Amino acid sequence: MTTFWDAVATILRENGYLSLTLTVGGYLLALALQRRYKSTLFNPVLIALFLTLVGLKLFEIDYESYRRDAAPLTFLVTPTTICLAVPLYRQFELVRRNWLAVLSACVVGTLVNVLLVWLVARAFQLEYAEYMTFLSKSITMAIGVGITEEYGGYVAITCAIITIAGVTGNMCGSYFLKKSGILSPMAQGLAIGVCSHAFGTARALELGETEGAFSGLAIALTGVCTVLVAPAASLLPL
Amino acid sequence: MKYVRQFFIILLVSLAGETLHCLTPAPIPASVYGLVLLFLCLEFKAIRVEAIAELSSFFLVLLPLTLVPLTVGLIDSLEVLQKVLVPALILGVLGTILTSLAAGGAAEWAVRRRERRGK
Repeated sequence: MTTFWDAVATILRENGYLSLTLTVGGYLLALALQRRYKSTLFNPVLIALFLTLVGLKLFEIDYESYRRDAAPLTFLVTPTTICLAVPLYRQFELVRRNWLAVLSACVVGTLVNVLLVWLVARAFQLEYAEYMTFLSKSITMAIGVGITEEYGGYVAITCAIITIAGVTGNMCGSYFLKKSGILSPMAQGLAIGVCSHAFGTARALELGETEGAFSGLAIALTGVCTVLVAPAASLLPL
Repeated sequence: MKYVRQFFIILLVSLAGETLHCLTPAPIPASVYGLVLLFLCLEFKAIRVEAIAELSSFFLVLLPLTLVPLTVGLIDSLEVLQKVLVPALILGVLGTILTSLAAGGAAEWAVRRRERRGK
């Protein structure tokens, strides 16, 4: 009997569709949980991550094969991010009238980010390479990796910290904003996009089209702001 | 045919974004070039928004899902974080919330300022 199930497990494990099915199924279940309990704690991306990890453990799939088999989803990151141009286009009249809000959110967000990273780097006596690595934590991964490489940081750590920031923004971004009296959809969208790139924007889209449009815009602008500020930030004494 | 055409347009913009990314030395990713490019095409009526409406809505729904494999990759790279785990968590969680509040505060101020002036 055991040999039969072992054979089934082997067939499933070597099946390229298992990783994708686990991921999409996990996400679907996460969405159902969120709909049922209506709490920000039931964050779809985080629960899908957890369920996928359980599935990988259960079928003994290693991360290397998972990454290869889930590549079709990762491939879609660029086309799906590009589609943020549509809500941006639909809301552009609002963006134009609120150009000052857009600009100030991105500039303030970028500068506060540099300041926080610098303070923490000093407090923990981090090396220069680690400091430059953390600098990219708020921005979209492709830009962050570019900055890290340019200043000799650690790319793997950049990806990790960007993901942590993204999940944080996705999970509790809107909660703290509302508590602090930041109520306008535009300010909320900008605040989420500035600190947690596409992960946060995924959440902003759930809040509404205005939030999604401003959040998507903030990804691009904060990324560019950080590229521009990085040379000056690299000169700060540690 | 409608959906195939929509898919083709989005792929075309992705291709253009990736090409720009490869041609320029700045660390700007294909997705950011593509986003700006598609926006400009829509704004200057080179592409009508109806021509990509259904598929772009579908892709936006998929956006969070496409990020899940990347977070799974994070678990794999947790080892590299060990040496700097405490500052990484402080910055990743607390730093993110503080940055968000600062940016949101600035935006909220600007929005209210405009509303007060009644423009």
